[in-house]
Amino acid sequence: MDGSATGPLFRMEGVSKRYGGVNALTGADLAVEAGRIHGVLGENGAGKSTLMKIMTGVVRPDEGRMTLDGRAVTFASPAAANAAGIVCIFQELSLVPDLSVADNICISNPPRRFGLIDGRTQRRIAEEALARAGGEDIHPLAPIKDLPLSRRQLVEIAKALVRNPRILILDEATSALTAADVRKVFSVLKRLRQEGLALLYISHRMAEIAELADECTVFRNGRNVGTFKSGTKTDTEIVELMIGREYSHAFPPKPAPKASTETPALEVRNLSWNNRLKDISLTARAGEIVGLGGLDGQGQRELLLALFGVLRSTTGEVLIDGKKCNLSGPSDAKQGHVGMALIPEDRKTEGLMLPMSVRDNLSMASLGRLSKGGLVDRAAENRAIDEMIALLQIKTDGTSVAVGTLSGGNQQKIVIAKWLMTKPKVILLNDPTRGIDVGTKAEIYQLLRKLADQGAAILFYSTDYDELVGCCDRVLVLYDGAVGRVLSGAEITERALVSSALNLGGGHAEDGTPALAGAGAAR
Amino acid sequence: MTDRALPVAHGGDWRFWLGEHRGTLLALGVFILMFALYTGNHPAGFNADVVTTAANKGVLLALVAVAQTFVVVTSGIDLSVGAIFVLCNCVASRMFWETGLESAASVIIVLLTGLACGALNGLIVIYGRLQPIVTTIATGAVFFGIALLFRESPGGDVNEDLADFMTNQFPGGIPASAVALFVVMLVIWTPFRRSMLGRVVYAVGSAEQAAYMSGLQIRRAKFAAYALSGLLCAIGGLFITFVTYTGEASLDNANAYTLNSIAAVVLGGVSLFGGRGSAVGAIFGALIFRTIGDLLFVFDLDPLWQPLFLGIVLLVSVCLGSFRLIRIRNRLDLFG
Amino acid sequence: MSNAGSATSVLRKIDPAVLTAFGCIVVLLLLAAALNENFLSPDYLLAQLQVASFLALMSTGMMLVILLGQIDLSLPWIITVGGMMSTAAAGWGPWGPVIAIPVGVLCGVVFGIINGIGVAYLRVPSMIFTLGINAVAQGFMIVRTGGAAPQDMATDSMHDLATGRLILGIPNPVWVWVVVGAAMVFLMRRTIFGRAVYAIGNREIAAYLSGIRTQRVMLAAFAISGGLAALAGTLLAGYSTKAYQGMGNPYLLPAIAAVVLGGTSILGGRGTYLGTVAGVILITLLQSILSVVRVPWFEITEAHRQIVYGVVIVAMLLLYGRGAKVAA
Repeated sequence: MDGSATGPLFRMEGVSKRYGGVNALTGADLAVEAGRIHGVLGENGAGKSTLMKIMTGVVRPDEGRMTLDGRAVTFASPAAANAAGIVCIFQELSLVPDLSVADNICISNPPRRFGLIDGRTQRRIAEEALARAGGEDIHPLAPIKDLPLSRRQLVEIAKALVRNPRILILDEATSALTAADVRKVFSVLKRLRQEGLALLYISHRMAEIAELADECTVFRNGRNVGTFKSGTKTDTEIVELMIGREYSHAFPPKPAPKASTETPALEVRNLSWNNRLKDISLTARAGEIVGLGGLDGQGQRELLLALFGVLRSTTGEVLIDGKKCNLSGPSDAKQGHVGMALIPEDRKTEGLMLPMSVRDNLSMASLGRLSKGGLVDRAAENRAIDEMIALLQIKTDGTSVAVGTLSGGNQQKIVIAKWLMTKPKVILLNDPTRGIDVGTKAEIYQLLRKLADQGAAILFYSTDYDELVGCCDRVLVLYDGAVGRVLSGAEITERALVSSALNLGGGHAEDGTPALAGAGAAR
Repeated sequence: MTDRALPVAHGGDWRFWLGEHRGTLLALGVFILMFALYTGNHPAGFNADVVTTAANKGVLLALVAVAQTFVVVTSGIDLSVGAIFVLCNCVASRMFWETGLESAASVIIVLLTGLACGALNGLIVIYGRLQPIVTTIATGAVFFGIALLFRESPGGDVNEDLADFMTNQFPGGIPASAVALFVVMLVIWTPFRRSMLGRVVYAVGSAEQAAYMSGLQIRRAKFAAYALSGLLCAIGGLFITFVTYTGEASLDNANAYTLNSIAAVVLGGVSLFGGRGSAVGAIFGALIFRTIGDLLFVFDLDPLWQPLFLGIVLLVSVCLGSFRLIRIRNRLDLFG
Repeated sequence: MSNAGSATSVLRKIDPAVLTAFGCIVVLLLLAAALNENFLSPDYLLAQLQVASFLALMSTGMMLVILLGQIDLSLPWIITVGGMMSTAAAGWGPWGPVIAIPVGVLCGVVFGIINGIGVAYLRVPSMIFTLGINAVAQGFMIVRTGGAAPQDMATDSMHDLATGRLILGIPNPVWVWVVVGAAMVFLMRRTIFGRAVYAIGNREIAAYLSGIRTQRVMLAAFAISGGLAALAGTLLAGYSTKAYQGMGNPYLLPAIAAVVLGGTSILGGRGTYLGTVAGVILITLLQSILSVVRVPWFEITEAHRQIVYGVVIVAMLLLYGRGAKVAA
């Protein structure tokens, strides 16, 4: 059925939503046609997820209207949106861990017999849905909590298909899938398009959008800043739409590499752990920014955790300034003579206490330094905090507000500032600019180089190749828990990173290896 | 052969069933072991009377433990179960039991009382958005106060024929109380567990946000969980009336049943965090709890030492789960 | 970046829950005075404070544990342990009367430490572990006393501490409360330990990754809670000159209610000591008024008291203790 003859299947006009003082969406427009795949691009904070939440009934808009089949609609709840045929595939949020795959797939409308849930029919339905979604190897009775993330997303897709949607929204649905899975999912989506479904594909990966979408819409600052047919704009033009200004890398210049005979600030010898880290050795000198590259899930995060003392039963040695260290946890790692800091993966759950004040969060790691005999020196604390806020230009309404009210970029700055207050010698960063606006990213790059110049050794895991290219003096490309290749200086190019990441696997990019992380600057 | 038709292997299903019911099966196993020890060492041996007495005591706690399970599975806790239990006992002791018709009506009124109490808890937790632990502390006081209104001092009566019937045995030595418990589970728990309500209740306990995003009717399910909890307490209250022939508003009793129901639930493999476990496990947990006490008595352990021993056994058994900590390699996994 | 010190800004800083609690206290006092003018006499108010002091010691420890996001259900029998062991120690040789109170408190600390080990190191949910410790503590006391009421007498100093009015005519237990309370406020606001408690209650994993020794902090908090509970038990024994079985049982629910009514979130991470003070006074006043009030046309029994008690707590919680809605 060709939707364009009778008007778009679904249209959103002038939709606005405010959260506190922040405009998440302002006068947003969107038109979705049946039998087409519509890509939605935008930075984090551009309003994509708010848009999706409104479409699926999770939140109500403050202004504007939505029409389905030409008739005005409002959705009071996700159930109402589902009933209207709008289904969203989340990353992980809607699966119940303790229930089985089959229970989750048919969760809201299971087949019934005599009023009770018919387990056998449900299982059959689940198996069919799993097959449709490319997940035939998933056992329908397995509890979700036992499945790895990539499998869970396939279950999420199967669950959406069972509801016979008319509009299917995929919100970053492929981020944890392997390349082979992504291929399967794409063929499923293309088949659904042929069957007349309208698909909304929200992603930051321009390569995927280029392959899938018929037309694209770019959101920026809560507004629709451009809708165009796929292929009519270059990547750079699209990125400029997304960030709203001329696009140029904002990396500070790197110093010339110098041969140094001094003891490295951080040295790792034969570090192994639980079959996920295999015999890793590396060095990082004061003043160096060392990057960790490679495909997702090759042990980069585990390496940082191991160095920080969070992992148990590691074998091998870690030396700080040439002295062996036996770290049993973060409290050991931040001690003066070791001086390590870790900017963790998820700032909201691991880096900050969102309801607590800016002040309390900032001083959390350096309370020992700011106190005498267990008593906190308030004056010293306030001085240090003011200094940090100025140094990192953290935008906040005073230090007593809750950290949860700040923007993502400022929150991440607070996490970094918290650790800078401990005057670390070795700084570990776990994907620090994920979900941060471009302006703050540039500030963070400048800051890292400045810290390195001041003598810190920095170990930096990023899923963004541009960052690794732009920031790092050396990059260690990891594969399967071991250091596969080391690139230095001018050797660090995107092509070299990509090819060594893939080639280390013996060229087996198509089966079982995770897909490429963000190609392109926008993330 | 191009037979790739079967997408999923059908063998090995039992693996998942075992994994899901691990706690319950463990509790069952421990209970059988302990009960065998008990009847084996009881001076009277394994005879119908011994079993019936044990069953009567065990079923009382089991009913309250099942009530607690309904709420715990939603990741809540109900500290008023003992009070509802006692309240229903007192109400029952004030009812009319002369004729069969009166008795039937009395039973219904008692059940409705429990249902109403549970419903009140549910309403306050759901619409008041108060935490279950503090809500039920307060409502427990209210329910106990009402119990005192009904029965300032112990007394009252009950239909003696009915009471005798429920506390005795069927031919073959099967205690009537056990049969009654079985019927209750069949009629209330099993349909609940296999219904949409049960599914939503478990989903809410496991991941409430995900349940909401999946469009499940959370309020209705939580309300049902609390109401059914009250109903089970009422059945327990009825039963203790059959056992003791009186109604008594004893605060010690109410508190004991409340706290013991939590212990029973944990022993039965139900997770206090919600989403996992079964009322069947809770029943065995309750029976284990009761049997420990009996075992100590039978082994002639100085009665003075029995409460201490009971406490230590309880403590050790809830610590058994900590053995999994040894295998944890990433300390971040320690944090729940 | 510092805040101005005007009165309005001070009021704005105070948690609305705490303000409501104090407001309710005023309402209760007025109500009580309307029923009987004697209620507002200094003697009666001081007597109320004295009774409140016992509960306050228990609630102080409970607040610390609740701030961590945990709960301590071993309160009843640690109180009893404190009472029984201190009266017992009073008879241990010539130094008995001197070591009586310290022995009682020490026993409470030991149980608290075991609680801390179970919750922080063995990761057993605090609700069930402290419940188990409660049963074990009871078991120990039954073995010790032979199940009967212990015959040990409280020392004179214990009795004086619980009933005397040494300074300024204010009952001694109130002074104990003042000292303990001041120490607790100091601990919470001025020490690393205090910051760590709030951090752990807010998000334990982030506190851990910030380098806080979360397990030690939790251990210390439970130890303090145990010690304070035992201290309260010692004072109670001093008050009645004897310890008795189950003496701590009536205090568990009021202690928790006082903390929660004072604005401390049962989920942890939020709450002030001022609120707990208000909550303790509120609960004590409520119980006193309910037990003393006489209405000529109606006989008020324990039953009515319980009902009113529960209804008032729910009503107050509905006023300011509500959680957020699930959807945005």
